[in-house]
Amino acid sequence: MKHLVILGAGTGGTMMANHLQHELNKDEWRISIIDERTEHHYQPGYLFLPFDIYEPSDIIKSIQEFIPKGIHFINEKIDKIVPTSNTILLANKEAIDYDILIIATGAKIAPEEIEGMKGELWHKSVFDFYTFEGALHLRNKLRTWEGGKMLIHITEMPIKCPVAPLEFAFLADSFFKNKHMRDKVEITYVTPLSGAFTKPKATEALEHLLTEKNINIVSDFAIESVDNDTKAIRDYGGREIPFDLLVTVPTNKGDAVIERSGLGDELNFVPTHKATLQSKDHKNIFVIGDASNIPASKAGSVAHFEAEILTENIVRFIKDEPLQEEFDGHANCFIETGNGKALLIDFNYSHEPVEGTFPFPGVGPLRLLKESRMNHMGKMAFRWIYWNMLLKGTHIPFVSTTMSESGKHF
Amino acid sequence: MEKTIAGKTITVNEEGYLTNFSQWDRSVAEELAKEAELTLTPRHWDVIAYLQDEHKKDSPLSIRKVGKSGVVDIKEFYALFPNAPLKTATKIAGIPKPASCI
Repeated sequence: MKHLVILGAGTGGTMMANHLQHELNKDEWRISIIDERTEHHYQPGYLFLPFDIYEPSDIIKSIQEFIPKGIHFINEKIDKIVPTSNTILLANKEAIDYDILIIATGAKIAPEEIEGMKGELWHKSVFDFYTFEGALHLRNKLRTWEGGKMLIHITEMPIKCPVAPLEFAFLADSFFKNKHMRDKVEITYVTPLSGAFTKPKATEALEHLLTEKNINIVSDFAIESVDNDTKAIRDYGGREIPFDLLVTVPTNKGDAVIERSGLGDELNFVPTHKATLQSKDHKNIFVIGDASNIPASKAGSVAHFEAEILTENIVRFIKDEPLQEEFDGHANCFIETGNGKALLIDFNYSHEPVEGTFPFPGVGPLRLLKESRMNHMGKMAFRWIYWNMLLKGTHIPFVSTTMSESGKHF
Repeated sequence: MEKTIAGKTITVNEEGYLTNFSQWDRSVAEELAKEAELTLTPRHWDVIAYLQDEHKKDSPLSIRKVGKSGVVDIKEFYALFPNAPLKTATKIAGIPKPASCI
């Protein structure tokens, strides 16, 4: 009996378990999935927690609920991957052999990378919202905060969901307006990029929105340290920005197990072929989602599109057929813009987000790169889709795996 | 678009990055540096050579990576190419602007 092992039961790993359960011959293959956690978090929900839009119970479910029957769930910490012997070593000293390995260990924040970030003000005046704890502490702070200088800050790229900090800025603007205290809050968006986003047309649209909502933008800011005494962030060029409340997206890194196993780049992301999702160093290792170093967004929608192609490639790999070089970097993201509206962007490795209609060319009902209430409803409906369709590997109707060029204004 | 610099015609994109590395030489680099109000010192050349090397290897560039290269630390990188060091340095080195992953 051969063994396929999936490391990580988050979005990517759980989707692969569900897909492969249907595809692999049960007489020849057994499938195991390893994760030390017991909860599955809907990570896009962290954005809404600080503003009391979602509650913790909207975000958290049991990890096992989404792992299909017939798949062996190993609830244990992974110590190391040993690719030379095709073995996984667990923290409890158990060794597990694999024939095929799928790495889905994700990305995590690493605030300790920046001097002073995880200092005495951490989760008091300096917050992240990329962890459940961070988002919850921030919610408690915002409930009673009386205003001042708020910075929304990105440490360095790449980060999970690169639009989330922008959404946070837009939602903060609405939140303070609704509390009738917008005039007491100065919001500044601080980014290491040259503009609001990396793709020109989306940057233009998003910067327009920032201006409209009276949010300042400071670009090309590469942070060196957080000063806990003077409450300011400083960059390598010597610029200083004071804050009363710093909402930062710390450096994102691949899981520490990747570093322990010597499989990652300088940020612990696994070098991966960007069209086949096969590891560059080991033919029987594949990588899905945030754990890889491919130049696509680190987002659930990307993992979803990857999963369909990776499933096909695993089947081909087993049959000794050439892999399909099909993944095009497709991402599809709703961007909350506040006041019950949202934008939608759809893009891939070679096409930047543009205006148009989605998913039906010329019809919509969703509009690309334009604010609308319908887009916001799409974003809210997405939580249901995530729990009920996406994790289970159900194909989402009308949304193709590779990006469609029709209905778009290139 | 085409541009004449240091007595040579070079092709650049709308942001001023060379689109054909074979048109690059040290005099082109010196002129591009002048446009960025910089005078190149031996330390600048060390960094430029490193960036070109990495680009040849197809290895994606980031400020973090340059800082860990052993060629220059981030502080000095900023001192040599102020404000947006990676963007300025790659432009002078005649290689494409690094695509930040999104």
